[in-house]
Amino acid sequence: MFQTLTHTVAPGSPVAAMAPGLDWQLVLRTGPEDHAVTIRDGAVMQVTQGPFVMPSWHTRISASVEEWRAFLVPVPKPGHHDIIALLRRGAVQFDGDLHPLMAHLMYVKRMFETLRVAE
Amino acid sequence: MTVFIEPITGRYAHIEIDGTPHRIYWEEAGAGIPLICLHTAGSDGRQYRAVLNDAEITRHFRVMVFDMPRHGKSSPPAGTVDEDYALTSDAYVAQILAFCDAMELAAPVVMGCSIGGRIVLHLALRHPDRFRALIGLQSSARVAPYYDTSWLDRADVHGGRICGAIAYGLMAPQSPEADRDETRWHYMQGGPGVFKGDMWFYKVDGDMTDKVAQIDPGRVPIHLLTGEYDYSCTPADSAVLARTLGVDLTVMPEMGHFPMSENPKMFLEYLRPVLAGIRSA
Repeated sequence: MFQTLTHTVAPGSPVAAMAPGLDWQLVLRTGPEDHAVTIRDGAVMQVTQGPFVMPSWHTRISASVEEWRAFLVPVPKPGHHDIIALLRRGAVQFDGDLHPLMAHLMYVKRMFETLRVAE
Repeated sequence: MTVFIEPITGRYAHIEIDGTPHRIYWEEAGAGIPLICLHTAGSDGRQYRAVLNDAEITRHFRVMVFDMPRHGKSSPPAGTVDEDYALTSDAYVAQILAFCDAMELAAPVVMGCSIGGRIVLHLALRHPDRFRALIGLQSSARVAPYYDTSWLDRADVHGGRICGAIAYGLMAPQSPEADRDETRWHYMQGGPGVFKGDMWFYKVDGDMTDKVAQIDPGRVPIHLLTGEYDYSCTPADSAVLARTLGVDLTVMPEMGHFPMSENPKMFLEYLRPVLAGIRSA
């Protein structure tokens, strides 16, 4: 679901350029599965699917598989179109250090939007 | 080459609000029935550019859009820049009445969006006989807190960037990209703590849950329009308000929290009939 981020948010991409200097270990949880997203200087360098023995991360974003799918369609329905819209419905959970997420919120939204085009 | 110049004029008025001198910036166009337009939290009057530029509306209405103090070109009153800002219902009502009084407006129509859509409910309750009609865009009696607004004003988070990102999500994905970009740009230009301070009214002080039933739409007509993609004030929230008031609600498909600025062309199709109805009533 998130593997293509290494291409859509690759070094030198427009989205990576939105977060210069951002080094971030992000986990995207889809139901029971974890996906570790390694971000360096704003670029997604690696996406690894769990399970992980000793996961270490800054921020985790969790939602059900159904919610992620509805969120990542090219034109999502109302309430499914934005990560904060999911939060409003209680469909997503943010854990860990939320500073990288909130300080780079537009970057995060653009990052997810690249999946809407790519998938 | 002919330069297109919009028929909008912008000026400053020196107005006392609750005894404090303010220099209030407003824009206007047209002549006829006064139509005061209230911008959303953390933004400014530029949101209503399309209404100000619509000849069909300005033929019959004197459209007036003022920037609230601390927003747009209306600076904070002298000596208050560093004060903590938290908008209250009383202060917001006072701003609107002060502007109407200063401009000597008789029975204006007031249209507000979001916090503006909330304050028209306060106007309906407190001063129903002063207005010809009220229009609430993205209007609800309350919005329960669903994110921590302290993120909007922190030394370690760029206020313009996060306010713009919050505003971005409230718009419909179908709205034209250029209009969505400009709408969030207004947020990116807001002063520090202003959006957060407006949220005090929206989510705490301005709660009308227990007061909506006291409003008498027989004394002042109330029109409600809400975009379907708004997750702050959802169509369901506006529907509850409409049922309590006993008035109609128009849900605007493929539109979000900022109908007048995120998709102005489509919004005008909804607004013109409402204004025509107010004019002929």
